Amino acid sequence: MSTTIVSLPDQSTARIPKMNYLSKENGLLSWLLTGDHKRIAILYLISITFFFFIGGALAGLIRLELLTPQSDLMATDTYNKVFTMHGVVMIFLFLVPSVPATLGNFFIPMMIGAKDLALPKVNLLSWYLYIIGGILVLVTMITGGVDTGWTFTTPLSTHYVNTNVLSTGLAVFIAGFSSIFTGLNFIVTIHKMRAPGMTWFRLPLFVWAHYAASILMVLGTPVLAIAIVLLALERTIGIGVFDPSKGGDPLLFQHLFWFYSHPAVYIMILPGMGVISEVISTFSRKRVFGYTAVAFSSVAIAVFGFFVWAHHMFIMGVSNYAVLVFSLLTMLVAVPSAIKIFNWTFTLYKGSITFETPMLYAFGFMGLFTIGGLTGVFLGSSGTDIHLTETYFIVAHFHFVMVGGMLMAFLAGIHFWWPKMTGRMYPEKMSQLAAVVTFIGFNFTFFPQFILGTLGMPRRYASYPPEFQILNVFSTAGATILGVGYLLPVLYLTWSLKYGAIAGNNPWQATGLEWQTQSPPLTENFTTMPIMDHEAYDYEWLEKQKEKEVASVG
Amino acid sequence: MSEHTEQAHHIVSPKVYVAIFALLLLGTAVTIWASYVDLGVLNPIIALGIACTKATLVVLFFMHVKYSSKLTKLTIFAGLFLFMALVGMTLSDYISRAWGSW
Amino acid sequence: MSDNSAIAEGVLETSQHEHPDYLRHHFHDVEQQADASNFAMWLFLLTEVMFFGGLFTAYLIYRNWYYPAFVSASHQLSIPLGGFNTLLLISSSFTMAMGVWCAETRRKSGLVLCLLLTFILGLGFLGIKTIEYSEKIEKHHVPGIHYSLNSFLDPDSDAVAKAAGDKPLPLDIARHTEIYFSLYFAMTGMHAVHMIIGIAILGFMIFRARSGAYTDGHITFVENFGLYWHFVDIIWIFLFPLLYLISRH
Repeated sequence: MSTTIVSLPDQSTARIPKMNYLSKENGLLSWLLTGDHKRIAILYLISITFFFFIGGALAGLIRLELLTPQSDLMATDTYNKVFTMHGVVMIFLFLVPSVPATLGNFFIPMMIGAKDLALPKVNLLSWYLYIIGGILVLVTMITGGVDTGWTFTTPLSTHYVNTNVLSTGLAVFIAGFSSIFTGLNFIVTIHKMRAPGMTWFRLPLFVWAHYAASILMVLGTPVLAIAIVLLALERTIGIGVFDPSKGGDPLLFQHLFWFYSHPAVYIMILPGMGVISEVISTFSRKRVFGYTAVAFSSVAIAVFGFFVWAHHMFIMGVSNYAVLVFSLLTMLVAVPSAIKIFNWTFTLYKGSITFETPMLYAFGFMGLFTIGGLTGVFLGSSGTDIHLTETYFIVAHFHFVMVGGMLMAFLAGIHFWWPKMTGRMYPEKMSQLAAVVTFIGFNFTFFPQFILGTLGMPRRYASYPPEFQILNVFSTAGATILGVGYLLPVLYLTWSLKYGAIAGNNPWQATGLEWQTQSPPLTENFTTMPIMDHEAYDYEWLEKQKEKEVASVG
Repeated sequence: MSEHTEQAHHIVSPKVYVAIFALLLLGTAVTIWASYVDLGVLNPIIALGIACTKATLVVLFFMHVKYSSKLTKLTIFAGLFLFMALVGMTLSDYISRAWGSW
Repeated sequence: MSDNSAIAEGVLETSQHEHPDYLRHHFHDVEQQADASNFAMWLFLLTEVMFFGGLFTAYLIYRNWYYPAFVSASHQLSIPLGGFNTLLLISSSFTMAMGVWCAETRRKSGLVLCLLLTFILGLGFLGIKTIEYSEKIEKHHVPGIHYSLNSFLDPDSDAVAKAAGDKPLPLDIARHTEIYFSLYFAMTGMHAVHMIIGIAILGFMIFRARSGAYTDGHITFVENFGLYWHFVDIIWIFLFPLLYLISRH
């Protein structure tokens, strides 16, 4: 760790540029009515961080309850509400918007050489819809919560519970439209607003990943919307579409629900994979190996991701034929993800690797996502799934890919682009410590859960047989460490806003159009329309730029 | 890169609209008439077939897709494809269930 | 300025491109702006396809499962009313297309007339829908606590069922008619919600068109609304045969 690629301007004379997107206008209204994609990104960043900690507190309550085999910290009904709200908040209010609405919003226009997204007002609307959805979720929690699990399985949610299913459904419906509009905006922007010379295959892989995720957002989320509408009608009027006594099929809800919710997991992970591509390239000083394969694998994940949803329903009563087909397709969908991991590994090979914080998170991602992804293959195989489903094996699987994978990628991205967004560097040693603490805490929390699952501990249970206690205690201990690891960035990143070193334009010496502008950027991003005349991840081009710069300084 | 849209340049003439309008009305009449005739399994096929034709006419001419960019056509195709996947794959589960009311 | 040296010098906006006041600053020219918003509208329509797609999926499943119940239940719908509604909606699509043509060719009074006709036809559709719905409410064919199976258990007690020549259904099959009506109300109701939104926007557009908007070369709003309106028409083009014309022989 003695070498570093960080290149900061002379701190004694460096200043944050006077004119930037943060200083352009002042006052609350200039933020609440902004059309600037960068300001909207910051609004999102603050909001999702808030909801992340709400979801995290709920997770803390879950782990506290599971310290003992009995349901003694809270009533079992309350426990059901806690894990349901944890899922709803973390998925819809944190993971889905995390990278796209913050880093995607901020950097897609800059990466393609545009002044803003195609539809700035729709972008602002997205944020307001998100806030309304979030507030509704909070109201739901305060007025008693919902206890059906985030999956709202019928007929439990339609006929058997008295909790706030409707308000949660409404909140998710609204937040869903936030997601749809963000995806729509990205697709239009990427197609129609690329700068001259910015061909599809010169785009940063971050943009490709968001393009694929946006297709999923636009095409998948409406099916969740109609599932919720039907759920609400069933629950209020009793229309009968999911009611066996009237001839309905409860499984229909699950088909419609999972038709979105499986692509949703790719909506969550693809942007994170985009971040990893950027980080791994920068910190090994090498272009991403197999650019075309990585770009196409993003699209392949999006396309295949639409055809595997019933692997969440293997034990629910779908036909054997459906089990066969969906199991086979699930095996196929793992391939593009594996291609990415291979390509990133080959990027590292013979690269000049340095271990700045974003890279630490990226390494964590690669290891943990691989484990999570491989366990997904166990679950996609219907024979093993029958034994592992609805156990802690599933819980561990999705936490490995979502927390060990996606959340680490999010943190990698926040750290990577923090200098660009704020003009300041965060304290490197503290951040590296936080990354390591997170990694250790994560493994302690979730690895025991794989074992618990194979031993047979069911998920969503407040009490369990006493022989599972020791592993649960391990898991809770790990969760405490994990919590510290997540709290630290909030503290030192906030600190860095005032006291961090001045970053300058390109502290990481990264390629990409966003690094060729000032930090923080101007509101209009570029003063003149950039022309893209080199390939993506072209480090030779970057060297030539530096030579030109040095030569031109008097 | 801004792609030139042909839509703004190609103005569809009202004569085309009138012709399509007439075809749509004709299609509706045929659909209603056909539903009163017992054609067995062909009934739903004809009804849906005529509906698809009418929809195609609206898309191509009223919505100008015939004169639109490849991107527009690809977008529509992607949506229809996914719609068919939703319907088809879900139905395939129901069709293959032993305990369904077939 | 630091960014100039690092990026190849871009081409400054030339005065070749017009700069009307409706050109937003993040677009280079009006063509790019119109193109982008048109594409955005198509993507939005895709979301609508998938939204209704869930309902069509449910419909196809239950129609295949409960065909006799669906046939009997569909006989409760009036073909004259439904057919006339189809006529109204197709005509409104025609007037909307003509409206866009008027905007393209800068015919202000033509545009206002076409938008007005579309508006009226749309209202007419909703009016007939109201008649149909109230009839359903009266006969207790709305799913829920008040749903009544009488028309299907004893068709002779129901004028419409008798006229259609319906046979009495066994109780368990008769129960499935409630699912038909659930889907009927869900699908036509959702369609009606989209019509109401469309009509509201039409009202706004008529108001603006009268002061000269949309006929000054900036037709994007009318054009994109037209796409929305045609889409709502297409949904009905499928709803009509699926709900009204299941089997009338």
